[in-house]
Amino acid sequence: MAAPIIEARAIHKHFGALHVLKGVDLQVAERELVFVIGPSGSGKSTLLRCLNRLETPASGSVVVDGIDLLARATDINRARQRIGMVFQSFNLYPHMTALGNVTLALRKVAGKTAAEAEALGLAALDRVGLRDRAGHTPGQLSGGQAQRVAIARAIALEPRVMLFDEPTSALDPELVGSVLAVMRELRQDGMTMVVVSHEMGFARAAADRVVFMDDGQIVEQGAPAAIFEAPQEARTRAFIGQIQRH
Amino acid sequence: MLDTFFNIEIMKAAWPILLAGLGNTLLLSATVVPLGLLGGLILALLARLRSPWVRWPLMAWVDFFRAFPPLVLLIFLYAGLPFIGLELGGFGCVAIAFFLNTGAYYGEILRAGIDSVPSGQSEAARSTGLSATQTMAWVILPQAVRNVLPDLMSNTLEVVKLTALGSVVAMPELLFQARQAQSLTYNPTPIVVAALIYFALLWPLVRLLSRLENRALRTG
Ligand SMILES: Nc1ncnc2c1ncn2[C@@H]1O[C@H](COP(=O)(O)OP(=O)(O)O)[C@@H](O)[C@H]1O
Ligand SMILES: [Mg+2]
Repeated sequence: MAAPIIEARAIHKHFGALHVLKGVDLQVAERELVFVIGPSGSGKSTLLRCLNRLETPASGSVVVDGIDLLARATDINRARQRIGMVFQSFNLYPHMTALGNVTLALRKVAGKTAAEAEALGLAALDRVGLRDRAGHTPGQLSGGQAQRVAIARAIALEPRVMLFDEPTSALDPELVGSVLAVMRELRQDGMTMVVVSHEMGFARAAADRVVFMDDGQIVEQGAPAAIFEAPQEARTRAFIGQIQRH
Repeated sequence: MLDTFFNIEIMKAAWPILLAGLGNTLLLSATVVPLGLLGGLILALLARLRSPWVRWPLMAWVDFFRAFPPLVLLIFLYAGLPFIGLELGGFGCVAIAFFLNTGAYYGEILRAGIDSVPSGQSEAARSTGLSATQTMAWVILPQAVRNVLPDLMSNTLEVVKLTALGSVVAMPELLFQARQAQSLTYNPTPIVVAALIYFALLWPLVRLLSRLENRALRTG
């Protein structure tokens, strides 16, 4: 394996008395797509949010694209441009158009002129198939469209890695496909991705590796087929059994 | 009756005086509303700092200036500050008093507005590399203001009405001018006209406000 582009080591995270991450190690290679699964409350979101320092671990190290996110000297706002994130609830800015959502960071962070930002923003919207919705506000978009705009907002900054936190969980079933299709294209373009999701079909088809978390720890990881068909750990078996029944 | 309250001759005579007063009231409002908003914004932003060294003094400050009657505050500044060598004049005292008093009110409104914006908004903004300040300016504040617009407007109405307090420190605003005209003419007509001018000035705002409030009720 080439030098990992994401390298998280021995991460511990507490919320008050709650020990949420108990020494998690996660390495992700360039162009790899890693799926993270596990019961609700097991720490998946917290782990993901440590990878762009939306949460700061109590101890351990997080290095992304060669940048030590926890070092004092690190300009976290610069680092975050290289780490796109997509949220379960989209979190589009409701007071801006789709294009406005996509261009805000291009103008304010990446230092593009209005014209450059607009061109890049439209190109990003084009990649998610929503160039014709550029002037719509989030309220005028379906959930699937909103999530694709959120993806466009992240990829417009040309990140080196993308983090997805249950990107399809808030969507009506018939809209899930459109978002997964965009993610599949990103994957084909070679984007490194960490995806928290229970879309097993997508995981089987697209993931290089599945990581199973429980109670703040990585219990087991491996190729999708290995984890889904032949889990080694009892907890993994129980969890896989549970979600396959749904 | 008409001669007492709607004396046309007196109206004609008092009109220029009242008009000058209206001009000053507008000028005063155009000064104290932005000042109050600025004070409020500072307080609302400070309220986001979690440190107890900020939190407690801030709460005391806001409580103090909300409880302190603005009229008393104004007279205190006007009559008291000269004793420590500060002659600020009527306008300066009004500006400071409003900055302190209405700033505390605007601050509470803006704080509620900021709190009403879901945390996912700032997380999304920060995840794209926006700094905390940029996130506040471009993502949080616009939504916060929109969410509390009726409250901000209603407070602004109060502030414009309160500019009449300037009359007690000899600010030649509308009420002060009306009372001047009244005492010159020995007739209450100027006061009646001033009341009508206040009404004409504020009524459109009141209408706009109730439309906003109705819309807020409909959209939840
Ligand atoms: N900001 C927070 N404050 C307090 N507790 C939190 C916070 N975020 C998450 N937790 C708790 O940490 C645990 C792990 O949460 P999370 O990482 O969201 O799990 P998952 O994404 O796997 O469902 C849960 O018990 C959750 O309640
Ligand atoms: Mg989660």
